[in-house]
Amino acid sequence: MKKYTFEKKIDTRSGFGAGLAELGRTNDKVVALCADLTGSLKMDEFKDENPERFFQTGIAEANMMGLAAGLTIGGKIPFTGTFANFSTGRVYDQIRQSIAYSGKNVKICASHAGLTLGEDGATHQILEDIGLMKMLPGMTVINTCDYNQTKAATIAIAEHEGPVYLRFGRPAVPNFTPADQKFEIGKAVMLNEGTDVTIIATGHLVWEAIEAGEQLAEAGISAEIINIHTIKPLDEEAILKSVAKTGCVVTAEEHNFLGGLGESVARTLSTHHPAPQEFVATKDTFGESGTPAQLMDKYGLNSASIVAAAKKVMARK
Amino acid sequence: MPDTQQLKDLATQVRRDIVRMVHKVNSGHPGGSLGCTEFFVALYNEVMELNEGFDMDGIGEDIFFLSNGHISPVYYSVLARRGYFPVEELNTFRLINSRLQGHPTTHEGLPGIRIASGSLGQGMSVALGAALAKKLNNDNHLIYSLHGDGELQEGQNWEAIMYAAANKVDNIIATVDYNKQQIDGSTDEVLPLGDLRAKFEAFGWDVLEIEEGNDLEAVIAGLQEAKTRTGNGKPVAVLMHTVMGNGVDFMMHTHAWHGKAPNDEQLAIALEQNPETLGDY
Repeated sequence: MKKYTFEKKIDTRSGFGAGLAELGRTNDKVVALCADLTGSLKMDEFKDENPERFFQTGIAEANMMGLAAGLTIGGKIPFTGTFANFSTGRVYDQIRQSIAYSGKNVKICASHAGLTLGEDGATHQILEDIGLMKMLPGMTVINTCDYNQTKAATIAIAEHEGPVYLRFGRPAVPNFTPADQKFEIGKAVMLNEGTDVTIIATGHLVWEAIEAGEQLAEAGISAEIINIHTIKPLDEEAILKSVAKTGCVVTAEEHNFLGGLGESVARTLSTHHPAPQEFVATKDTFGESGTPAQLMDKYGLNSASIVAAAKKVMARK
Repeated sequence: MPDTQQLKDLATQVRRDIVRMVHKVNSGHPGGSLGCTEFFVALYNEVMELNEGFDMDGIGEDIFFLSNGHISPVYYSVLARRGYFPVEELNTFRLINSRLQGHPTTHEGLPGIRIASGSLGQGMSVALGAALAKKLNNDNHLIYSLHGDGELQEGQNWEAIMYAAANKVDNIIATVDYNKQQIDGSTDEVLPLGDLRAKFEAFGWDVLEIEEGNDLEAVIAGLQEAKTRTGNGKPVAVLMHTVMGNGVDFMMHTHAWHGKAPNDEQLAIALEQNPETLGDY
């Protein structure tokens, strides 16, 4: 098992803030909008350096999405910022008609996704957003795993023509992606080559997958670990190549098992190469209040769950 | 620039186009389309500064957004007759494989359209975004938009209306098609809009009214007056009093023709009331 280390834990949203600030200095077409969560989204640096290109919309997310769509007409590249819940479900029809169907070059940047939002509870913990967004034709869907990957993704999506949903989170998590790693939309990242089971993880579950891989190695199991940061378009080639070798797969995500990464992988496998699959995800449930660690433990989104799922799926081969 | 008689002839021809388009596919929205015919004719042929051809970004020209997308027949007819696409293409309205979808869209690449609309209440925000882009680009051209009065029941409008005044977006002229009708009946029956003028003013907009929204000269004068109000730190709203179904007597003063097509006999009457002027498509 390849060894992964990190210097410190840091939140993915800070990676977004850093990436956006860099874009502010390098790309004058980039504009940013925020619905009263500038500090939470780490957009202050961009705002302070580019006040004329920053739009505070107030607590009015529907209007924010429409403003963003309109700003593209005239050549701007708008980045919207609010929590994942308010970036998707609250404004689904605005995104659907004014952004996706209209083919507008808007980057919908969503923080505090999933259970790890923590104590605020289920009203704010969206576990359905990947499904909502991947169903929109033409929408690119990205869920990053650490600070460096989020920063790189933020910069990369500015160069991509078309609507993008970029999902990240609140808590400090290990920052293990090399700072110079190029972010390629739609391209899987091979974290560890193995032969017994494929573990495909996205977002905060990627570090858990690495830890699971170490635990499995101690038990003599060789896990291939793939980081899928782009859920749509999905890197089907990487997935099929790996499963052809291992014969089974575990998917891991901080999202409902309905509509998430796991279902996209299952569709790929059932179409091209049927293979046993286990899902580490929430099971059609809302979240609740608690610390991020308590919640991930209670809802089975951790390395122990991935290890158990790996052993289970291997037995089904 | 065309003279008033030419514009009136164009309006008559557009009304013919509207009822013929809707009749052919036995679907669509003639009432609001007819009520806004003078507005569209004035806007695209007298009021707006437009570049030749179509470019999505609309740099260096005025831009229009239709928020109440269901009145696509009048939009398509006026765009075609302004030269954005061949007039013959009006034949394809609502048909399979057409660029003239039931509600306007950018998806099929129809020149003249910059946003999809139809799901109501979204156009004001988009128009404001484009107005902000114009300011960032130091482009002193204007943004025009049209909204149904019933459409103002959608809450997103009021988010946008609040935003526009607070941020002094003063390069937009948002017109309300104030016909007091919607699908289920009059706006007073369905959900009263109250004092619209006072509401816009309370939100910080500069409001003017066009009392005769189906009088071409009054519409032109009203929109020209609205232009003079821009650039003064306030967004500009125009409450344009219109008659749904205007120009076809049996469609007027009722919500019944909001989304209903005429039959063969009714079409004949409508066309008789609007004789061919510029040639049918």
